[in-house]
Amino acid sequence: MFGNLGNFDTGMLDEFRRMQRDLDQLFGATPFPSSIRAAARGTYPPINIGTNPDQVDVYLFAAGVNPERLDISIQQNLLTIAGERKLITEEGANYYRKERYDGEFRRVVTLPDDVDPDKVEATYSDGILHVRIQRRESAKPRQIEIK
Amino acid sequence: MNETKDVATPEKKAVAEAKDQDRAIRPAVDIFEDDTGLTLHADMPGVSKDRLNLQIDNDSLSIDGEIDIPTPAGMEAVYVDVRYSRYQRSFSLSRELDTDNIEAILHDGLLILRIPKRAEHKPRKIEIRTA
Repeated sequence: MFGNLGNFDTGMLDEFRRMQRDLDQLFGATPFPSSIRAAARGTYPPINIGTNPDQVDVYLFAAGVNPERLDISIQQNLLTIAGERKLITEEGANYYRKERYDGEFRRVVTLPDDVDPDKVEATYSDGILHVRIQRRESAKPRQIEIK
Repeated sequence: MNETKDVATPEKKAVAEAKDQDRAIRPAVDIFEDDTGLTLHADMPGVSKDRLNLQIDNDSLSIDGEIDIPTPAGMEAVYVDVRYSRYQRSFSLSRELDTDNIEAILHDGLLILRIPKRAEHKPRKIEIRTA
C-alpha cells in the first residue's frame, strides 16, 4: 500500500550516516566511550583540559565575558562553570552576520578523582578563563626504592 | 598486533601535526552597518594585543591571531575543543570604505573593528521639492 518503506532508509538516513562518518573522520572519532556528561562538539564555550601529576588545568574560551558574571563551582570532582554573555547589539543597525553566541551558558567537567576541591584558583585574561585545580599528594607518582 | 600499531602511530601523528600547522580556527563574527560605517566583532579568546595581526591589502582585510595560553610543564591534553592555536579570517572590502581610518580595539579576547565610510559615500537625504 505504501510501497517499500525500506526506501526511506537508503535515502535520507544513509546520507546522514555518511555525513556523520565524514564528520567523525574529520574530527577524529575515538574508539573510547565518551563521558556521559560530555557536551556535543560545538557547544559554547569551547574548553580544553590538560593534566599533569600536580594539577588539572581547565581552559574555557569565552571572549568578552564579564568575569563577575561567571559562576564557578566544584563538588567533589565535578566542576561547573556557568555564566552569561550579553552581546552589545546596536539598535537600528543593519546586521550582515550574527555568528557569535549570545546568552547563558553552562559547562560541566568531570575531573580526575584525585583533585583537591579546596585548592582551586581561577583567572580570566584575554578572554580565557583558566581554572587550576591541584591534585592530592598521594596521587603523584612516587619513586619506589628497591631495598 | 601492538607492534604494528606502535610503529604506525608516530608517523600518522607527524602527518596530522604538519597539517594542523596550516589550519586555523575561523573566528565567529558579528558584522553590522550603520550610516557612518561598518562594525565587526570577532571572538578571539587567547589572543593578546601583540599576537594579533590585522592587514589590509588590495581591499582585502585579513585578521590573524595566535593563541597564547600558559601551560604548565608536562601537561597532557585530555580533552580538546580548540584544536588549533591560530585564528584566521579574511574579508573583501568595498571601495566606499575608508581603509585608512580603521580603528581596532582588542579587549578580553574580543576584537572590535570600526571601518568608516568615506565622507562622499555617506547616505544623503534627498530633498523632495514640491512643484
